[in-house]
Amino acid sequence: MDLQSIWFFLWGLLWAVFFMTDGFDFGIGTLYPFLGKNEQDKRVMINSLGPLWDGNEVWLITAGGVTFAAFPLVYATMFSSLYSALMLILFALILRGVSFEFRGQIEDTRWKKIWDTCIFIGSVLPAILFGVAFANIFKGIPFDGSGYHGTLFSLLNPYGLLGGALFLFLFLEHGAIWLCIKTEGDLHQRAAATANKLWPVLLFIAVAFLVATKFATPLYDNYIAHPILFVVPLIAVVALAGVKFFILTGAWFRAWFSSALTIVGCTFFGIIGLFPNLFPSSIDAAHSLTAYNASSSSLTLKIMLTVVIIFIPVVIGYQIWVYNLFKDKVNIEELKY
Amino acid sequence: MDVLLLSRLQFAAATMFHFLFVPLTLGLSVLIAYMETMYVKTEDETYLHMTKFWGKLFLINFALGVVTGITLEFQFGTNWSRYSAYVGDIFGSLLAIEATTAFFLESTLIGVWIFGWNKISKKAHAIVMWLVALAGSFSAIWILIANAWMQHPVGYEIRNGRAELTDFLAIITQKFAVLEIIHTVSAAYILSAFFVMGISAYHLLKKQNIEFFTRSFKIALVVGLVFSFIEVFEGHLHGADLAHSQPAKLAALDAHWETSKRAPVYLFSIPDEKNEKNFIEFAPIPGGLSLLAFHDFNAEVKGLKEFPKDERPPVLITFGAFKLMVGLGFYFCLVTLIGWFLRNRLVENPLFLKIMLFSIPLPYIAIELGWIVAEVGRQPWIVYGLMKTSDAVSPIATSQVLTTLVGFILIYGLLGAAGFYLIGKNAIKGPEISAA
Ligand code: HDD
Ligand code: HEM
Ligand code: HEM
Repeated sequence: MDLQSIWFFLWGLLWAVFFMTDGFDFGIGTLYPFLGKNEQDKRVMINSLGPLWDGNEVWLITAGGVTFAAFPLVYATMFSSLYSALMLILFALILRGVSFEFRGQIEDTRWKKIWDTCIFIGSVLPAILFGVAFANIFKGIPFDGSGYHGTLFSLLNPYGLLGGALFLFLFLEHGAIWLCIKTEGDLHQRAAATANKLWPVLLFIAVAFLVATKFATPLYDNYIAHPILFVVPLIAVVALAGVKFFILTGAWFRAWFSSALTIVGCTFFGIIGLFPNLFPSSIDAAHSLTAYNASSSSLTLKIMLTVVIIFIPVVIGYQIWVYNLFKDKVNIEELKY
Repeated sequence: MDVLLLSRLQFAAATMFHFLFVPLTLGLSVLIAYMETMYVKTEDETYLHMTKFWGKLFLINFALGVVTGITLEFQFGTNWSRYSAYVGDIFGSLLAIEATTAFFLESTLIGVWIFGWNKISKKAHAIVMWLVALAGSFSAIWILIANAWMQHPVGYEIRNGRAELTDFLAIITQKFAVLEIIHTVSAAYILSAFFVMGISAYHLLKKQNIEFFTRSFKIALVVGLVFSFIEVFEGHLHGADLAHSQPAKLAALDAHWETSKRAPVYLFSIPDEKNEKNFIEFAPIPGGLSLLAFHDFNAEVKGLKEFPKDERPPVLITFGAFKLMVGLGFYFCLVTLIGWFLRNRLVENPLFLKIMLFSIPLPYIAIELGWIVAEVGRQPWIVYGLMKTSDAVSPIATSQVLTTLVGFILIYGLLGAAGFYLIGKNAIKGPEISAA
């Protein structure tokens, strides 16, 4: 593989890991007003992701940074074209991040209500918008040499919205399962029931998305050219079936890993279909940005590859250590937030 | 208002807001790591209470530092797309390296520090704080290398219509970067020291928890004293370096209009940009500027008139911000020096304690002014000598930028107010010593 293709898949991998990790934070934040019946439930829910969300969010920052480093033209075009959507995501993430810290600082119901709302908005909005954005990228974006010819609302087309729904439900399922791992008693029961009820909806949306993709995007071209690649969506589907199986058997960790694999599989289903396009134009193919026409110089790609090969495994190493440290049920005596 | 102006305002607002929280993260993390280490070494509970009390303030500040940083990571793409496309080969990689080597460590371990008190040993817990502090410094180093490259680009070649990397080592070791890193990190230590001293002074004035706050005060005092002097000395080298790297900025710092030998520094002057002279020039030190810039009374210093009008920075802002920063720099030396002589009689000197209490905002002001000097003084260039700010902006709709600018001001305003209120509230409440 050439440097550009390696970077293309590393780029996809970073997004996939971001969705896999911060995904359950978004899911829990969205379930928060529904499952958090009382103050203690709410605090347990926040504490279930408390030690982890910040480290998870860095996968997004790194995905952004790596886009800048490896494909500067994509960084420039993608983020200025999707300006409003991205800004909404950023505002949402700002609110979510401070809410965890601020909420517990003052014992006042109105104060807590404000941050409860922010946690919900700060989770549900990014979950949907990331899906909308990626679905639109799969479809192609109306831009050319003079800039972007659309608005925030032109992203909200049926296929885009379907992508949003897919991401939202992937994350909801992922979050509900994480809650099952981290909680006990009544909250655990409700989380388990939710995980169970969400599953058929998720399955339906996932199938709808796979079918719609055939009509709305050229993603299947790569698969038809190399049928072996169908393994990837197949893994996603099998993993999704696994989620149901492990939920039924109450094997929460396995269910969570299955759900993680589903998310990674779904992301790579799109990434592989996209290759070598990173940011295709729907109005003028000559302006489509690909791994080849938008990449950095080979010196930069090599230096960055060295950095990533050394540091990403180290990062994964200590993040696994931290996940392992905090895999036990939330201890009600030791709530921090 | 056009996209350019709005984007500049938005970028300035977003970075300057981020930098209200960054310095305290950088400095206080080190102080807390030191306190916790002392606790592990001496088993003295006061150090544990200090770790927890300052840690609580630290975490509120940290949360704001993190969330305001995320926007910045994407702003180059959203608002400065032409810039990003032109220099991404170099600039983007520095940002990505920062994320992989520093942000992960910082953000992953801060969770362990908050939640890990009973999960890992005391010693490991203290090490985690050192790693958080170290990661913060790493992030500062990488982003400042990136900024230094915009101030003084090296190690590149213009190919394929953009700046491409040719010498990575030259970029990360260039003098401008080293100077900027030392200057900014020292500034962060000064700010954190004044923060700790000011809050300690408040409690000492009220004669509460005297042992606790005297000890905190003294630790911070040493840091503040050392770095205030380093800052002035190093700031001077930083200014002198501009004579080579950015002569137009240097001329603006002292509102020096005519190229001349034996260029003076005025203790007081007011620049008149329209007429390319100064309204008032008072108390000249002959040869002062030549000496500062070249270590030679008779050296020739380029004046602003040497540069075409559209390649000069806004003189008044650069000049004013610089003078105020320098003034504050000397003030910090003075008060920390006084503090050193009073260090064993703090409670008996309420006037000094009051001064320290009211000095808390001053390093914040100095730091923001410093960035104004560096960034406004670089204009009209976004990358000095290579790309103009006006050529860097994204081709997006004015209304989009206007909306987000208003959004930033509202959200940051509210969050900032809430954040500083919470820091203040917890600071006034003092440590929870009985709980232990
Ligand atoms: C001299 C230091 C310095 C400077 C000039 C900047 N930052 Fe910063 N940044 C930090 C020092 C720092 C820090 C100390 O590492 C922070 C502050 C609080 C924190 O949690 O980490 C941080 C946080 C922080 C984060 C959140 C990281 C996380 O989740 O841990 C991002 C994405 C950025 N910054 C990005 C930027 C960008 C794109 C900048 C340029 C415009 C920038 N920062 C200027
Ligand atoms: C966090 C500390 C920083 C502060 C407080 C700060 C402050 C400012 C200010 C006040 C401006 C507006 C200048 C003007 O428009 O006249 C500006 C512009 C800019 N700075 Fe910084 N800056 C900081 C760090 C950085 C860093 C680290 C970088 C790059 C890595 C950077 C890149 C830029 C860019 C791209 C602009 C846009 C050009 C412009 O608006 O003129 N800044 N900054
Ligand atoms: C006599 C004392 C000082 C001198 C001579 C001095 C000199 C300078 C100079 C020349 C610059 C511009 C460098 C550039 O073009 O990028 C600068 C920037 C800056 N100053 Fe100072 N400074 C002094 C004190 C301080 C103090 C006390 C603080 C804060 C506590 C501070 C904070 C900053 C910051 C944050 C910057 C921007 C970052 C940088 O460029 O390094 N300075 N200073």
